[in-house]
Amino acid sequence: MPFNLTRPPSATGLIGLALVLFWLFVALFGSLLAPHPVGEIVAYDVFEPTGGAYLLGTDYLGRDVLSRILHGARFTIGLALVAALLAGLTGTALGLFAAVSPRWLDETLSRFMDALISIPSKIFALVMIAAFDSSALLLLLIIGIAYTPGCYRIARSLAVNLNAMEFVLVARARGEGRLYLAWVEVLPNMIHPMLADFGLRFVYVVLLLSSLSFLGLGVQPPDADLGSLVRENISGLAEGAPAVLMPALAIATITIGVNLLIDSLRGKIRHAAGEV
Amino acid sequence: MNQLLLLLGKRIGAALLTLLLVSAVVFFISSLLPGDAAQAMLGQSATPEAVAALRSALGLDQPGHIRYVHWLGGLLTGDPGISLANDMPVAELVATRLPKSLVLAGITTLVAVPLALFLGIYAAMHSGSRTDRVLSTLTLCMVAVPEFLLATVAVLVFAVKLRWFSALSYAPPDASLGEFLSAYAMPVMTLCLVLVAQMARMTRAAVIDQLNQPYVEMAVLKGASLGRVVLRHALPNAIGPIANAVALGLSYLLGGVIIVEVIFNYPGVASLMVDAVTNRDMPLLQACAMIFCAAYLVLVLFADICAIVSNPKLRS
Repeated sequence: MPFNLTRPPSATGLIGLALVLFWLFVALFGSLLAPHPVGEIVAYDVFEPTGGAYLLGTDYLGRDVLSRILHGARFTIGLALVAALLAGLTGTALGLFAAVSPRWLDETLSRFMDALISIPSKIFALVMIAAFDSSALLLLLIIGIAYTPGCYRIARSLAVNLNAMEFVLVARARGEGRLYLAWVEVLPNMIHPMLADFGLRFVYVVLLLSSLSFLGLGVQPPDADLGSLVRENISGLAEGAPAVLMPALAIATITIGVNLLIDSLRGKIRHAAGEV
Repeated sequence: MNQLLLLLGKRIGAALLTLLLVSAVVFFISSLLPGDAAQAMLGQSATPEAVAALRSALGLDQPGHIRYVHWLGGLLTGDPGISLANDMPVAELVATRLPKSLVLAGITTLVAVPLALFLGIYAAMHSGSRTDRVLSTLTLCMVAVPEFLLATVAVLVFAVKLRWFSALSYAPPDASLGEFLSAYAMPVMTLCLVLVAQMARMTRAAVIDQLNQPYVEMAVLKGASLGRVVLRHALPNAIGPIANAVALGLSYLLGGVIIVEVIFNYPGVASLMVDAVTNRDMPLLQACAMIFCAAYLVLVLFADICAIVSNPKLRS
């Protein structure tokens, strides 16, 4: 079969699963495992290489890079999870609501979402951060607003299709109300694709949050997520310090892990194309 | 044909309307800041009278919607105000930076698009093969990698270890070809990796979509070779979706270029915008944000139009 699309269960999916489980573990228990307190200056030498007394070397102040990554991962993953959940729940709820609403309400909501999605998420984030100083709460709000429309679009189109199915027709003929239709008949049938979409959106959120922190506009000191760690050590780039590379690698393994896992799990959910 | 023109007109009209909405969102968010520009320019020690005088000179004492109309009018006539950080006209600042960003984006496009099309079509032709699976996994990983990791690795390998290029990436106007290439190599490489991965994935999906159609099966049954089936039968039908993929892929550049310009100290409009955020230089920020939003809308509109023109079903 030259044009076969089906693939056998893949090793890459297992790698993805392992990476995701590993990072979840780190996010939950990493700060307990850290060999040194997160802010403690442990060495006189800055930008020590990997291997020695400090497994991943030391940073620009002589702090232990491993400990800082173990702490930073909790920030990156926790913030991104909450933010993606916020966007996912809002988007799904509004999409479902629009699909079972009268036409004019659906139209209004959809046009509004179209306008929101026309602002690239990084640009939106930059404008918001310039107007209100950056804080964890603001970052959550930015992500919530920036990623809701994409999720809304997918949820709405799924719900509109389901809404036209016969079992929903039957329920409607029974005289069930809109809320019942949405909650009992439509929602359970769109959970799986929405979960896959949530995974992809989580990846976008991690990348956006890290980029903002890398620009110095995301998580603010003394807190540091993985993106901030790359930024604060950027002066070590010229000497090839692991303090720059390791946090960046950590981010990449989180996002790649989720991507590989989702790709092997999902059937044919379309990429929400055109995300910036 | 007339119907098509009407539909295109409608789409362009809708895009313009969206841009207007976007401009309102950008303006009102960025005018909400506590303490205003006049205070920021004069500093904390300024007398209230001086602040009030400057406020009225800048027109800040007028209500928001009037300021919005003024600002929008200025934007449309090419005068988006004065930068707060260095007292220069925003138009002048943007005019010196924008061409540099366009050169960077242009070179990246020239490199990335042919490469992505080749990889995508090749993977689709050999879908399911080992090469295809490796390419799929690689591109899947690549779209999830933050740009600053790619940039960091590029600097480590090419500037620190091999010493081929300098980590600072700006060629003077009178640079020779060699200087020009070495200045642009790393930023372009960084942007290309993610861009190629995204466009190749979408191209592959578009071509495979065609390969699953009955007419392709017919061509295969007739005995046409794989190359002929793909290039003569499937590809012309996939042009629309592929153009769509390219336009959407290019819209990624708008986000990617921000990180790349900052990390390589490239004096483009994206790094200008990041500076504006750090300095809370609102007129400059608003102008830059509108440039990016307009570029994004144009690309999405272009993708939309490609899809409509190539697929009669979408015209109804």
